[in-house]
Amino acid sequence: MKHHMEEEKGVLTVHITGDVDHHSAAQLRQSIDARLTESDTVHTLRLALGETDFMDSSGLGLILGRLRLARERGVRLVLAQPTPAIRKILRLAGVEKDIETEGEAV
Amino acid sequence: MREIRNAARVKFCAISENEAFARVVTAGFLMKMNVTAEELADLKTMVSEAVTNAIVHGYRGRDGAKCIVTLELKYYSDGLLQVTVADRGCGIPDVEAAMTPFFTTDKEGERSGMGLPIMQAFSDSLRIATSPRGTRVVMKKKLS
Ligand SMILES: Nc1ncnc2c1ncn2[C@@H]1O[C@H](COP(=O)(O)OP(=O)(O)OP(=O)(O)O)[C@@H](O)[C@H]1O
Ligand SMILES: [Mg+2]
Repeated sequence: MKHHMEEEKGVLTVHITGDVDHHSAAQLRQSIDARLTESDTVHTLRLALGETDFMDSSGLGLILGRLRLARERGVRLVLAQPTPAIRKILRLAGVEKDIETEGEAV
Repeated sequence: MREIRNAARVKFCAISENEAFARVVTAGFLMKMNVTAEELADLKTMVSEAVTNAIVHGYRGRDGAKCIVTLELKYYSDGLLQVTVADRGCGIPDVEAAMTPFFTTDKEGERSGMGLPIMQAFSDSLRIATSPRGTRVVMKKKLS
């Protein structure tokens, strides 16, 4: 898994490439949280998932944890281009409608 | 009659790097079979969940490099794929509770408690044999 972040007009976009599993989730969580807690300009956290090849319940835990943190800080969470596999897991967990999404992965 | 067509068994250390290894093994085993993209994604997820549970929960507090996880794949003539993941860890004290959506014994690890419910939903059948000497998860899925 690789990721990089960019902030533009208060929108912090995290591009996530590769596999999000238990092994890679910890590092990703740390860098998102560090960025989110040190910034007071971010109003939207956008996870760009179009190039995320794999995600299991560890990724779900990461998304739900960031949702909690974002709400605490009054930040909006958006999932961009979630793949069908990611949508399937969100639906199964019954959280699809609690999380804002934009676009479909191709 | 159901006959075995192909089988593989791998044993690996209970370290988190091997979650990806187990998924690659699974994808490799299925490579020459006509599985759909969704079936392949489901199977990789099922394997990843079971292997992660062995590493995170089964061998909790132990040196994973000295602990073994076994992954076994069996493919039958009628299109059935059987996936078995086994550990020799601490076992699951209450399987029924463990199967409940959002149940987790690892709150600080930010776990969703959805691993077993996902394994159940993605497979046609899920069987768990567990004792204080270890856990064996057997999942079956009919391929199209
Ligand atoms: N192989 C195992 N050995 C010991 N305990 C296990 C094993 N697999 C599951 N468990 C127990 O069952 C519980 C539920 O497992 P499940 O995979 O559903 O959720 P989780 O692993 O806690 O969270 P998630 O999978 O969403 O990250 C675990 O918290 C753990 O207590
Ligand atoms: Mg789990």
